Amino acid sequence: MVENTLHSISLYLPEIVLVVTLCVIIVADLVLKNQKHASAWIMLGGLATAGIFVMLQAGTVESIFFGMAAVDPFATFFKVLLIFTGIFVVLFSMKNRELEGYSSRMGEYYMLFSGMMLGMLMMVGATNLLLMFLALEIASISSYVLAGFTKRSLRSSEAAMKYIIYGAVSSGVMLYGISLLIGVTAATDINAINEAIAAGVEQTMMLNISVLMILVGLGFKIAVVPFHFWAPDVYEGAPITIAALLAVASKIAAFAMLIRLFSVSFIDASGLSTTGTWSSVEGIHWGLLLGGMAALAMIVGNLAALRQDNIKRMLAYSSIAHAGYILMGLVIMSSEGLTSIMIYLFIYLFMNLGAFYVAMLFMNKAGTESIEEYKGLGHRAPLAGAALTIFLVSLTGLPPTGGFVAKLYIFGAAISGGWIWLAAIAGITTIISLFYYIRVVRNMYFFKPDEDAGRIEFDISSKVILFALLVPVLLTGLYFQPVLEFARNSMLMFGF
Amino acid sequence: MELNIFGIGILTWIVFIPIVGMIIVLLLPDKNRNAIRWTAAVATGIQVVLAGIIFAVFDRAKLGINDAESFQFMEKYSWITVEAVPWVGRIEINYFLGIDGLSVLMIILTSLIAFIGVISSWNIDKMVKGYFALYLLLVTGMMGVFVALDFFLFFIFWEVMLLPMYFLIGLWGGPRREYAAIKFFIYTFVGGILMLLTMLALYFSVAYTDPATGQSVHTFNILHMMNPANYVDGGLLSGVDTTWRYVAWMALFINFAIKIPLFPFHTWLPDAHVEAPTPISVILAGVLLKLGTYGLLRINFPIFPDATVYFIYFMAALGMISIIYGAFCAMAQDDFKKLIAYSSISHMGIVVLGIAALNTQGMVGGVLQMFNHGIITAVLFLSVGVLYDRTKKRGLYDFGGIATQMPKYTGLAMIGMFAALGLPGLNGFVSELFSFLGAFEAYKWITIISVTGIIITAGYILWTIQRVYLGKTPEKLADLKDLTPREVLMFVPLIVLIILLGIYPAPAIELMNSSLSHLVEFINAGGM
Repeated sequence: MVENTLHSISLYLPEIVLVVTLCVIIVADLVLKNQKHASAWIMLGGLATAGIFVMLQAGTVESIFFGMAAVDPFATFFKVLLIFTGIFVVLFSMKNRELEGYSSRMGEYYMLFSGMMLGMLMMVGATNLLLMFLALEIASISSYVLAGFTKRSLRSSEAAMKYIIYGAVSSGVMLYGISLLIGVTAATDINAINEAIAAGVEQTMMLNISVLMILVGLGFKIAVVPFHFWAPDVYEGAPITIAALLAVASKIAAFAMLIRLFSVSFIDASGLSTTGTWSSVEGIHWGLLLGGMAALAMIVGNLAALRQDNIKRMLAYSSIAHAGYILMGLVIMSSEGLTSIMIYLFIYLFMNLGAFYVAMLFMNKAGTESIEEYKGLGHRAPLAGAALTIFLVSLTGLPPTGGFVAKLYIFGAAISGGWIWLAAIAGITTIISLFYYIRVVRNMYFFKPDEDAGRIEFDISSKVILFALLVPVLLTGLYFQPVLEFARNSMLMFGF
Repeated sequence: MELNIFGIGILTWIVFIPIVGMIIVLLLPDKNRNAIRWTAAVATGIQVVLAGIIFAVFDRAKLGINDAESFQFMEKYSWITVEAVPWVGRIEINYFLGIDGLSVLMIILTSLIAFIGVISSWNIDKMVKGYFALYLLLVTGMMGVFVALDFFLFFIFWEVMLLPMYFLIGLWGGPRREYAAIKFFIYTFVGGILMLLTMLALYFSVAYTDPATGQSVHTFNILHMMNPANYVDGGLLSGVDTTWRYVAWMALFINFAIKIPLFPFHTWLPDAHVEAPTPISVILAGVLLKLGTYGLLRINFPIFPDATVYFIYFMAALGMISIIYGAFCAMAQDDFKKLIAYSSISHMGIVVLGIAALNTQGMVGGVLQMFNHGIITAVLFLSVGVLYDRTKKRGLYDFGGIATQMPKYTGLAMIGMFAALGLPGLNGFVSELFSFLGAFEAYKWITIISVTGIIITAGYILWTIQRVYLGKTPEKLADLKDLTPREVLMFVPLIVLIILLGIYPAPAIELMNSSLSHLVEFINAGGM
């Protein structure tokens, strides 16, 4: 037993590193009060170390802590994505003007940030309902506080309030669902739940209700319709770095958990080895339910984004729409679909963070979040303008950018699974999305800047970060085999 | 046949030389405008030379279309391959280029028009660097579509054209440029999405057996999609004459019809043409519209022969409507550019009618008409551009008596006008005659109605000549300068081709005859 625990700990090093980072940041915050970016560098070091440990686990397939969590390539894939996002957001935070008024509280910021990262890393690997819920709450509670971090800003406080109320309710519903599920199946381990369901449960009705309730909690996290109402307000009010984190990392972690929970617990896996597809448990047609949610998210997200003037709100609705596209991969219930989700998330990470980053740069230098006021910015800041154009084109899904490859695989998954109507909706909504993405581009370029407005210059480090986001977006558009193989191999060795 | 230059295939050169030019343009300083212009001229000039080489060594007897062995200058490299795993077969996307009689003329047309477009862009002064960078990217996209034999590659090149075109119209265009640019973008993007969905459906329905390993391989290879034996059992598009095949044909057809543009998908064209700067109008009418008909011939016809035959009357009827409707609309315009835009719709209708005949005559006429129309409208748009540069006016009633003011210019422009009218001895006559002859064999009444379009065309062209070039000069236009040597240079090659192909069209017809006859046989045999 001790041996097992020790062995488990050795496989839980990335999470442990983050706990240590969290503690070091608290102490360092007391000691190094005057160092501006001290906590940020500690956080970067912690994330990098955790990243190295994650890489060292590549290929491992093991269940640890007596079935509480799993270390498998599937989890590793998502952990890599999360750590990438974390590193980028720390870099963004160091550049963010909004946070400069709070320099004495930055230790607090990074402490909560590492707490959130810890929660998300745990979400990805958890294989037990209790740990899943715990991890979800660690991530959520840290993010509630972070959303209200710029507390002198009314918008930010309002955002945090809305987020916490909405979050508490959906967590409550989810917890109730979990308790029902445990009651029905007499198990907390997701594999044991699957066995219990496969053996046949008496109360099918109760089972279906419990799954629906769990879906509420996860739907809240990935901000998919109809659980999306918080997203625009929170993204608009929260510091833009946190909005980026919520739009990317939160979604990645929640999708990982959703996939693991659904594809392990609630499926009939008997066909898996021969056809690679599953069927859902009796009762509700899960595919249709998820497909309906995906379709709604695509329609609502894209239509609502049309009417936004604040770039953060626009990106919030666009990220709701993207959650819909990603969900399409789960609908067809096959490993191919899940692979396409992973490819999508990988590319989404870079293009969405890129869009948030340029929005932040423009807010720093031009002091505006309003798309109407972006007029002429493309002429004033050619590099950032061109970069934002590429990120938005990629979000639209035009070649030769990564966004096209992502859409190609997701659409392909839907078509190969025979969900033609869903693919058609995705196609139509993609056309709608063109309007609001291209509007930003139009405003940047089709208007002359004011006479007195000079060129906007960026320092070298800002440019380096920009290129670090830009290169993957363009590269994956032209040669995506490495991403494809990374995702596919991670999926094939889906452990627990 | 292969032709390598420094170890790289000639088609790769001709497609990517503009990209090289674009990178050089981007690295040059903003101020150095002439260096930027010359870079673009050299890059497109090299394309013309390469196209000349292709014309010289192209084997006229080889068939192409569905037979991989008889494509020429083929280049095929594995681009993305994912080895076989359980449940799904191997996946492959190839970098697969090659040309046959169908594409060779289009390559010559593209390189020529692109080069002339650069000469005509010489007096663009606003954001020169951005202009030529986008222009060169656009040229790569166009050329790429004509040589790609892998659907994925075809799609990428197709969509790559969108953004440069959007900016070129939207930033350098006329007063309503923004509206025109977004309209163009949305129309084409809608088509693109339809094509994307169809492409994916085809991909999942087609799997060929790799002779080396015996594995079943899903592929985007267009030639494999033409072989009925490669369709997997139970695939969405498997079988013959199924509803899904009709739906897929229609989705692709709408995409290509938007580009052609065929009635009722044509409304973006007059706006885009009127607002675009002259060189971009030239590119748009000269090459971009041909992508639509080319797509029909390269993808719709051979991959879906059953659906093609099923919808062929519908297609011919749309061609007829475009011919008549376009001509009448042209008659009603008082803006010179709009008139040419509608005449393009009318003339592209002839292409559609010709290829819809599904016989060799009509097909040859149609493809020749694509080439001829490209050259003729280029001359017409350049003529408008010359007048616009001098007077900043485009209204047909603003001019008069230009012939006495600018005799050299009028002479060259009139040749273009008469070629558009279909005067015997000029190239337009030959291709229109062939198209109508072929179509008459297949559809008597549709053709008879369509031919009346010629009379209307004669009407609006003669009327235009009368209004613009003849009569009395308004006082405001007293001293107009005749063509500069640069402007003569951009007209001459086109005018030479108009006359040459009018008198002796055989060199062009020889290039495509065998391929197109094969295509006709292939479709009429139901793709067997």
